[in-house]
Amino acid sequence: MIMACESWQKQLDTYLDGELSADEMKAFDAHVRTCSSCAADALARVQMKRSLQVAGKRFAPSIDFRRRIQKSIAAKPQRSFSLAWTLATVAAVLVAGTLALTHLAARSSRDHVFSEIADLHVATLASSSPVDVVSTDRHTVKPWFQGKIPFAFNLPEVQNTEFTLVGGRMTYLDQTPGAQLLYDVRKHHISVFIFQERSVPVNWSANSLAPKNSPFNVETWSQGGLRYFAISDTNPADIDALAQLFERD
Amino acid sequence: MPLFDQLYNFAHWLTQNREEAEDLVQETYAKALRGFSSFQLGTNFRAWMYRILRNTFLTSRTGLKATVTVPLDAEDGGPELAIDNQTPETVFIDRSNRQTLESAMENLPILFREILLLCEVEEMSYQEIAETLSIPIGTVMSRLSRARRHLRLLLRQRLQEA
Repeated sequence: MIMACESWQKQLDTYLDGELSADEMKAFDAHVRTCSSCAADALARVQMKRSLQVAGKRFAPSIDFRRRIQKSIAAKPQRSFSLAWTLATVAAVLVAGTLALTHLAARSSRDHVFSEIADLHVATLASSSPVDVVSTDRHTVKPWFQGKIPFAFNLPEVQNTEFTLVGGRMTYLDQTPGAQLLYDVRKHHISVFIFQERSVPVNWSANSLAPKNSPFNVETWSQGGLRYFAISDTNPADIDALAQLFERD
Repeated sequence: MPLFDQLYNFAHWLTQNREEAEDLVQETYAKALRGFSSFQLGTNFRAWMYRILRNTFLTSRTGLKATVTVPLDAEDGGPELAIDNQTPETVFIDRSNRQTLESAMENLPILFREILLLCEVEEMSYQEIAETLSIPIGTVMSRLSRARRHLRLLLRQRLQEA
C-alpha cells in the first residue's frame, strides 16, 4: 500500500495540474477517493495552488503606464516623413549588413534547428509515454493527426523492411505544430519530424545538418511543401534508408 | 492591448521593480510589433509574447544578475522520492499568510519563480510553458517539481522563524 502510494504521490502535482492522460486521470480520481493520505495531500496542494494563484496576481500596471503604452502603440503607423526616411536609411544599412551576415545566420539557424530537433528527440525517448498514438499500422497513425496539425502527409509501408513504426505524437518547432513519428531499427530509435516548409525558413543546402562530434545523425529533405527531419543515434545508412522509403512514397 | 495586465504582473515579479517592469513591458510590445511577421498564425500567441518578455529580461542587466544565482544541481536528476508528510500548505487556508508566501516567492531563484507563475498564475499548460521557456516538457515537469519543493522549504523556514 505504501509503495503504491509513493508512486501516486510522485504524479500528484501532474495530476493536479491536469496534465495526466484521460485514463491516468480517471485512475487517479479513483485512487484519491479511496486513499485518505493521498486525498489529504492533494487537498493541501490544491490549497497551495490557490494561494499561489491569488498571491501571484500581485502587481497591476499604473494608469499612467497603460496610457503611455496605448499611445506608443497607436502612434506606430503615423510616422512623420523625415522619420520614415531615417528609418529607410537605417533599413538599407541593415539590409547590407544582413546580406553579409546571411551566411553566418543560415549556419546558426541550421544549428538552432538541429539542437531543437535533437532536444525533441531526446525528450521523447526520455518520456514514459513517448508516443500518443501507439501503432505499427500507418493507417492508424496517419489519421490520428487529422485536425491536430495544419497539413497532411504520407507514411511509407515499412513491412518487410528492418524498420518498425512505433507510433506518433504532435510536436512543436519554434511554436509551429508538426508531426513526430517514431521508428525502431535494431534497438535504435529514429524520430521523423514533419513540418511545413515555410515554418522552417532555413537555407538547407546540405542534407545532413548534424554538427561534427554530435552523437546524432540527422537527415533532412523536402517533399510536397513539407520539411522532413530524420534523427537518430544509429548509423547514417539506416537513416538514409528510412528517408528513401519516405521519398519513394 | 492583449495580455497587458498579465505581462506587467509577470514583468514585475521578474524585475521586482516598477520602473524596470514598465521598461520591460514597453520593450516587449515594441519587439512584438516589429517582429509580428515572424509570428505564425495558429500558433500560441500568449507563449510567443511571454517568450519575448522573458528573453528581453534575461538579457537585461537585472536578468543577467538574477540568473547567476540559479542553483546548479542537475535538472533531470534521479527519481523524486522525498515526499513531505508535514506540508506547510495547510497553513495557507488563511489568506493572511499571503505576505509570507509573497516574500517566499520573491526569494525563489528566478527560474523557479517564473515557472511557478506561468503554471499557477497564468495557468499555462506544460506544452505552453515548454514553448515559452524553450525547454522540453520533461524539463518543465522536473523544474516545476523542484520549484515547488524549494518554495515549500522557504515557507517552512519562514514559519519556523515566525
